Amino acid sequence: MAELDTSGGGKKKGGKIRSKKHTARVDMTPMVDLMFLLITFFMLTTTLAKPQAMDLAMPDKDVNKPEEQLDVADNRTMNVLLGNKDRIEWYIGMADNPLTPPTVENYGKDGIRKALLDQAKQIKAKYGKDIMVLIKPSDKSNYKNLVDILDEIKITNLQRYAIVDIADAEVGLLKRDNIY
Amino acid sequence: MPKVKVPRKSTVIDMTAMCDVASLLLTFFILTATARQPEPLPVDTPSSTVKIKVPETDIGTVTVGTGKVFFGVKGQLIRERMLEKMGERYKIQFTPEEKKRFSLMESFGVDIHQLKQIIAMSGDARNKAGLQPGIPMDSVGNTASQLHDWIYNARVATKEVDDAQMRVSIKGDSKEAYPTIKKVINILQRQKVNKFSLITSLEGLD
Repeated sequence: MAELDTSGGGKKKGGKIRSKKHTARVDMTPMVDLMFLLITFFMLTTTLAKPQAMDLAMPDKDVNKPEEQLDVADNRTMNVLLGNKDRIEWYIGMADNPLTPPTVENYGKDGIRKALLDQAKQIKAKYGKDIMVLIKPSDKSNYKNLVDILDEIKITNLQRYAIVDIADAEVGLLKRDNIY
Repeated sequence: MPKVKVPRKSTVIDMTAMCDVASLLLTFFILTATARQPEPLPVDTPSSTVKIKVPETDIGTVTVGTGKVFFGVKGQLIRERMLEKMGERYKIQFTPEEKKRFSLMESFGVDIHQLKQIIAMSGDARNKAGLQPGIPMDSVGNTASQLHDWIYNARVATKEVDDAQMRVSIKGDSKEAYPTIKKVINILQRQKVNKFSLITSLEGLD
């Protein structure tokens, strides 16, 4: 163990002079405390410092051919408009003739995620094809909103989605509902 | 009644073994830890549930925060080559000493015409908040913006040095307004980069 034998061999003859027995035991508790503190620190900093990467693929865009657009069926397209104050508005179909009334939602489990899942299920049952989600961030939304909605798409495991520019009619919708 | 003698046990335990293990682990973590580089533009990245790590090499990072845009690419050789190419493009001569110093900069955010002053500064002074105004990203007429050229030349340099495709990642601040992000995405799409990564921090699945 961590004790040194300090009794002095006992080889001397006539060893009448008895030195006091001193054990070299050191109290290591503070040292161990410090060690674990440092370990915790290094463990947390090394594993949490590495950022995550969310891959994002944008649709092809050619500046010279703006008319080259992909058409998607409006009856299975869910438009998700990102407004300000962390609010979302969504509807199905076209802005001037929405198939469902535009609804204002919050981010998170009970808000947009539920809507996404419900609509995906309904459209799958109705048309037998996957839902297409168009994400349209308005100028008043921030970067966090974009990442949040992409995250919801990842969580709900929807395969078909795209980030599209918002149209004026949709900005009007956001303004009407006071989230622009 | 006879007294029940409770044997007195010493509460001291030998901590040598524990100490050994602790120091072993400590050494391991210190050696594997990567020192964090100071950033000239600190941003608070939004959180998400994705668990894919950012690659360590061949990656260019566009940092966006408070309307400013900074750019940095991994790898000293790539950075040196990128600066050479940018010098040719904007007709600015950089001395070998300046190239060396530039290759040690993680990211920067100035107009290329003021880059020489930033290079000449010491690391601490350079990273002071608010000193660098961000890379201009508005295109004038038909000439592409400087950010466009930086990203483009970084990609060319990565291809030349490492023979690999450079990945582009966007590291944005949570509070950043969407139009700024859109501008950056448009610049990327102009050079046919349609796939890129958004850097986020980790969040629990709720």
